[in-house]
Amino acid sequence: MERRNLAGAVFLSIIAVIFLFSALLMHPFGILDESEMDDYIIKNTQSETGADNGVTSVVFDYRGFDTLGEATVLFTAVAGVIMIFRRQKK
Amino acid sequence: MSEMSKIVRTITAVTFPFAMIYGLYVIAHGHLTPGGGFQGGAIVASACAMIMVAFGSKWTLDKIKEKRLSVLESVGAVAFIGLAFLGLIFGGVFFSNFIAGDDIASPLFDNAALGMSDINTAGVLPLMNFAVGLKVIVGLFAIVLVMAYATSSYKEVKK
Amino acid sequence: MIYNIPYIAVVCLILVGLYALIFKRNLIKMIIGVTLIESGVNLFLITLGYRKGSIAPIYTNSPGGIMALPVPQALTLTSIVIGVAVLALMLSLVIHIYRHYGTLDVKKVGRLKE
Repeated sequence: MERRNLAGAVFLSIIAVIFLFSALLMHPFGILDESEMDDYIIKNTQSETGADNGVTSVVFDYRGFDTLGEATVLFTAVAGVIMIFRRQKK
Repeated sequence: MSEMSKIVRTITAVTFPFAMIYGLYVIAHGHLTPGGGFQGGAIVASACAMIMVAFGSKWTLDKIKEKRLSVLESVGAVAFIGLAFLGLIFGGVFFSNFIAGDDIASPLFDNAALGMSDINTAGVLPLMNFAVGLKVIVGLFAIVLVMAYATSSYKEVKK
Repeated sequence: MIYNIPYIAVVCLILVGLYALIFKRNLIKMIIGVTLIESGVNLFLITLGYRKGSIAPIYTNSPGGIMALPVPQALTLTSIVIGVAVLALMLSLVIHIYRHYGTLDVKKVGRLKE
């Protein structure tokens, strides 16, 4: 086979060995060590924000700045796609 | 792309209001049930893409001008940032929940929830859900529409 | 070893995506590989926030008990939306390339065409 396929196969096998090795050494699925911030959020969601949904209160109230960045990324993608397919009026 | 047969167009026109009502329900109840602005926006954008597939992209683009879509998306983005700045003016920090924290007394959205509660809760969260939902609906629909219209009149490519 | 199956599924998804990205010559197949890698990373983020025997972090009609962590779910939401934006930009660039060159083979694309 050609040289590019051989280099790709060697790289992929090294990455596969590293990933499988670290996937078997992770902590067991379902047993967490410490979760202090999430325990505070679960206990105080109903009194501080007044919402019943924990995930929505995290997305829009406790971490609203990340949602602002995500809205900017969505706006930039739509602007880029419309700009690529612009027709010029002759 | 061209339009499809008469049976497909009739059934799509009958099914479209149900899909849109379901998507708007998911957006509006974002602070009580699983869902919110992004998830409900994706549902309504899929319903609008179904309309575009059934009726043809040229007909849809003649009905909805491109300028109106970009104006609507800008309205959604400005409303989201405006609510964040209102939190700075009334509450003291950027993005603060100034309706639910007893800072100003408003007759809308100021109860506190305790399980099995009504929609009138959670402060500034439902307003942010509406703004982000409008932005996602119009943004995804504009992407699909522009890509389908640009590849429809495509006769022969030079090699 | 049987209790680490979600992490092994994540590794399998990322490896299949990497194989499609390295060894295939068609541009659309490479884009599918990038999407597979993105799905694997989102799955990994969600499985980091699970406690044994927990329910969803929602208080409406909840039967009570330990709740799962809500912060990794919020981060995965952002990551999915960013994946959609990147996919839209990649597809529109591929459409433009096909209109200019007439082919989708990645070896023939990339030379200065007169």
